[in-house]
Parts: sequence; C-alpha cells; structure tokens
Amino acid sequence: MAAVTTRAERIGHPIAIVAIIVVTLIFLAPILWITSTAFKPRAVATSVPPTVIFQPEVTPFVKLFTKRVQLREQPTQEVYDAAPWWEQAIFDNGERVLRVRGNVQPSQYGNRFINSLIVAGLSTILAVGMGTFTAYGFSRFKIAGRDDLLFFILSTRMLPPIVVAIPMFLMYRTFSLTDTHIGLIILYTAFNLSFAVWLMKGFMDEIPKEYEEAALVDGYTRMQAFFKIVLPEATTGIAATAVFSFIIAWNEYAFALILTNRRAQTAPPFIPSQIGSGVVDWTAIAAGTFLFLLPVAIFTFLLRNHLLRGVTFGAIRK
Amino acid sequence: MSTISLQSIEKYFGENYVIRKLNLEIADREFVVLLGPSGCGKTTTLRAIAGLEAIDSGDILIDGKPVQHLRAGDRDIAFVFQLFALYPHLSAYDNIAFPLRATREGTDVVDRQVREVAKALQIEHLLKSMPSALSGGDMQRVAIGRALVRRPKALLMDEPIGALDAKLREDMRSELKRLHVENEATTVYVTHDQVEAMSLADRIAIMHDGVLQQVGTPDDVYLYPANLFVAQFVGSPVMNIADIEVRSGNGATRIEPHGSGVGFEFPAELGNMLAAAGDGGLKLGVRPEGIQVAHEQTTGFQQVEAHLIEPLGAYDIVDLKVGDQFLRARTASGFVNRPGDQVWARLDEEQTHFFDANSGDSLGIRLGG
Repeated sequence: MAAVTTRAERIGHPIAIVAIIVVTLIFLAPILWITSTAFKPRAVATSVPPTVIFQPEVTPFVKLFTKRVQLREQPTQEVYDAAPWWEQAIFDNGERVLRVRGNVQPSQYGNRFINSLIVAGLSTILAVGMGTFTAYGFSRFKIAGRDDLLFFILSTRMLPPIVVAIPMFLMYRTFSLTDTHIGLIILYTAFNLSFAVWLMKGFMDEIPKEYEEAALVDGYTRMQAFFKIVLPEATTGIAATAVFSFIIAWNEYAFALILTNRRAQTAPPFIPSQIGSGVVDWTAIAAGTFLFLLPVAIFTFLLRNHLLRGVTFGAIRK
Repeated sequence: MSTISLQSIEKYFGENYVIRKLNLEIADREFVVLLGPSGCGKTTTLRAIAGLEAIDSGDILIDGKPVQHLRAGDRDIAFVFQLFALYPHLSAYDNIAFPLRATREGTDVVDRQVREVAKALQIEHLLKSMPSALSGGDMQRVAIGRALVRRPKALLMDEPIGALDAKLREDMRSELKRLHVENEATTVYVTHDQVEAMSLADRIAIMHDGVLQQVGTPDDVYLYPANLFVAQFVGSPVMNIADIEVRSGNGATRIEPHGSGVGFEFPAELGNMLAAAGDGGLKLGVRPEGIQVAHEQTTGFQQVEAHLIEPLGAYDIVDLKVGDQFLRARTASGFVNRPGDQVWARLDEEQTHFFDANSGDSLGIRLGG
C-alpha cells in the first residue's frame, strides 16, 4: 500500500508542481503586471513588446496624489533646480504640479481611498456583528419557520445586484442617500449580511452548546455566556467572515459608480475615472490600483491564522 | 447541600413523550444514579433538574422550594457534562474560577477557593494548562473542580466518565466515590453503564422509555429486580430468562423451562405462591451465579449438558443445554472440562425470580433467605 502511494507520488509530483506553477503564474500575472506598471516610467508603460526590465521609479505615485497640468513651455533652469526631486520628475514627464499660492494641490485619490476604508470597514463591522447575533439565534433557538427564513435571507443574494440598480438609485435619491457614506454603508451591509449569517451559522453550529449551558448553570445570563464563551470560540469564524465581507465591500464597483460621485465616492469608480482626464497615464492608474490592492492583502495577512483554520473549520471535524 | 424532589414530571419533545409522570425523592448528601439505555429520558431528567430543559408539567423542588420556573443560574446547582465542556480559550485555573466570577467574588477569594478545590482534586500542577493540553481524565477533574468550586446545592453529572477509556474509567470511578465521600454533595449521576451505577450509587433509579422502573439500593435492584427490564438491564452476564411450566407433586414443585422436559426442584410452597399470582404466563429469571453446578449426580440436581464454556479468568460462564433451551451458569474457572460434558445443575431458590409474562412485573416471590 505504502509502495503504491510512493510510486504514485513520484509520478504525480513533477506534474503537480508544473501545474501549480502554471496556475499560480496565470493568477499572479495581472497582479505582477499592475505592480510593475506602477513603478514604470511612462515611456515604457505601453511599449510593445512589453518592457520587463526597467529602472523602477516612484513618479507614478507622485502623479497619483497630485493635480497636474501639461507643460506649455519648459520651466526655466532656476525653477527646475529649486523644485524638489519629485516635482522635477513631473517636469521630466512634460507636466507640472498644480500649485495655488505655492501650495501643491492634492488629487482626490487620498479622499477616495479613505472613503473606501470607511465604507468597507464599517459595513464589514456591521454585517459581521449583526450576522453573528443572527446566526447565534438561528443556531441555538427553535424559531418558527427557521429553514424558510434562512432560505429567504440567502435569496437576497440570488439576484444579480445590477438588476435592482435603477430602483435602488431612485430610492436613494428620494431619501437623499446618494453620494453619502451612510448610503453605501447601508447597501454593503445589506449585501454582506445574508452571507455573514450563513457563514456564521455554520461556525456557530460547530460550537458545542454545552459551553453555554455550563455557563448558564454557573450563574451567567445568556448574554454574558454569549460574550464570554461563544464569541471567543467564534473568533475563527468571525475572522473568516470579516475577510470575505471586507473583500466584497472593498471591491464593489457598480453601485459605488451609480450612487456616488464626489464626497462619498470610493476608490474603485474613481481610479478608472482618471483615464478620462487629459492624457491617459497608465502608470498613475496602475499606481492607484496597486495601492488599492494593499488593504485587502494586509487584512488577509493579519488574519491568516484564523482564516486558514476558518476555511477548514467544518472539514476537520466530523 | 440539600434535597431534590421530582413530582410527576412530564416532558414532551414534540410528539415524543420522553418523561412520563416521574416521581423521585433525593435525600441530602445522597448519591443517586439514573440508569437506563440511551433514549430512556435519564439525561433529559437531569437537564430538567439543572434548568437546561423546561418541563411540561410537574414540580421540581430543591430544598422544598419549587424551582421549575427558575433559570438554570438561579437554581444553585452544578453540572458536569459528558464531553467536559471546558472553555477551550481559558486555562484550567480560569475554567475553575469561571463560576465564581459570575458572583463577582474578590480576586483573593476566587484564588483561595480555586486552589482549595484544585488541591482536593490533585490538579494543582495543571492549573496553568489549557484544556487542549490535558488528558481526558485531567479534563474531567478540571470540569469536576469547576462544578465543586461554588459549593452548589447539588452536583449533577451526565455520564461524566463515559468518554474515557476503560482503564481510566475505573480510576475515575473510585475517585468520584472518594470525592463524594469527602464532599458529601447531593449528587445525581446519569449513566448507561450498570457497573458504574452499582459501584457509585447510594440508590439507583432505573429508567426505561421515560418511565421510572425501580428505585433502590444497588443490592435491591440487583437482588430483587422489580420487573424483567430491570432484571435484564442490571448485572453482567445478563440474567437468564425463560418461559416456564409449573408442575406440583411429591412434596415438591417442579419448574420446567418451556419445552425442555427438565424440571428443576423447588419447595412445595412455591406452587401455591405461583398459583395465587394468577394464571397468566410465567417467566423465570436466574442470574448465572444462581445456578449451582455439580460434577456428580446429586439430590435435587438435574442432568444437563455443558454446551459452551467461556473462560473469563476469575470464573467461567458455562452454557447449559436444558432440553432445547440454554441457561448460562457461572462456575469456578476450569470447573467443567470441555464442552459436551454431562453435569448436574440446580437453581438456587433464593436467587430465582418469577415474573408475570404479560406485564413483565416481578411476582415478588422470595424463597428461602
């Protein structure tokens, strides 16, 4: 038996490795592409064939965070020498940084990025928080029509969201929720809640009810038992649910595009909107996209231990 | 510590009638074991006492006060779960301290009480460990510590050692006995293991299908089972049960296992007793040790064939072929040489029980003794 396995492994190994490498490359290629473009000089960003080896520079990020205009005439040597290094880099690109009374005018990217953090962060907290309570209720108590209710909750995710885009827009306009943070937070919370309930219910079902019963017998209330016993036990599930919810809210594009345009606009609709302003500068767009990828990567990295246990949670027990 | 009284408890799970008019009085400092096969309602009864399960009717009295409408936390009882239910994210120390913290005791009071109970359970060296690092026996010691630390009115245990392996179970059994003797806590203990019940209990309450079958000391239920269910549930190997025919004459009563043609001799008065009990079918019950076996022909003994021999070390279990029926007898080890040997057997009248075949109830006939 062991010999057979070993032989199969010997044959399978190189093929498996090659397959893993190929698949990994396919998945990573766009990320590598965006990352490299974010550090490319503009001249080589769109070269054909693509430039792979180049001198990386941070000019795209300078462009991303500043308002710039096309140079009509070259700056004098005095002005050029007086400028800081990053402004010189912009001059080298045939543009100049817009200054009002000497102050550099920032682009909107920073605001949009912060909007994304606020909206995705708060909606994740709300969805996971409410989802955890709801899931606990469904998991522990006899609720009339429980299965139907659970199906109903899930069914809110069965419709492609874009189908309801126009009614949503009209409702939001009526209630003056368009272009507000609270509007997007409500929407993303509603999106993620059904998902959070289902995911958390699975995790709650796995927590033996004896834990709370022990606490109940020992003189704690149901609420205290929930916070002292159930929540610590559910951290794995909460982390996994939070990561998934955050990714969905962070990446959401369609409704952010329809329902926001300025104050509350998130990064996803903002980044491509820059394509339309003057010259298409792919390096600046790539820089914006690159930064946009980081929070999810960091969030996932921080919760990686919980997450790994989380996604295998149901599998390792019977 | 205190008394517990269950008065016509009834409980339904939907259509299932799981506890049927159950009455049970548990005295102060008594160790009562609820014994029965799985699904008999014993755990539900225990959970009802704890307040983890609501009852549909009846009264649960602790110290004479009805508690059936109180929350679990207000009944001042402790519960030990089969799978220990130690909080995995808390150390052994914090697990034991957990019930005390509900009462908002001072840190030094908590610390003193935790160390006291840990000392009694000999788990002081484990207090810093997390539950996942503990062996099954130690987990259960910690769980018992958590139950005892609060000095509850009563200690309820739901198969607390059922999840341990056989050897450890024996050790823990004697430890539980010692703990009960030292703490004198009123204890209700649920198990399906009759050996556990016999060795631990002051009194055993045997349940079947939600009905309390018999309550009595281990000796009572072993020596005088109230019905066929108790007779067969308690004791290992199982009590022999056979349909019988009764023949009287010659100053003796002969009891013949149905269709065997072998009549065992009993005193003459048995015939009258059995006749008085009515004319329904009768069943005989005799434990393997109630069958006496001899090598030679002896007065009052009947010739039978030893059909199978199970050597069990301390003793042998021999299947005796009586006509076309079998009775299992317990003999000294090596007493019967080989299967197929002819031996002589008789039933000890003190250890023979008679049951109404229809109702299954014992006729309560006690001969000799």
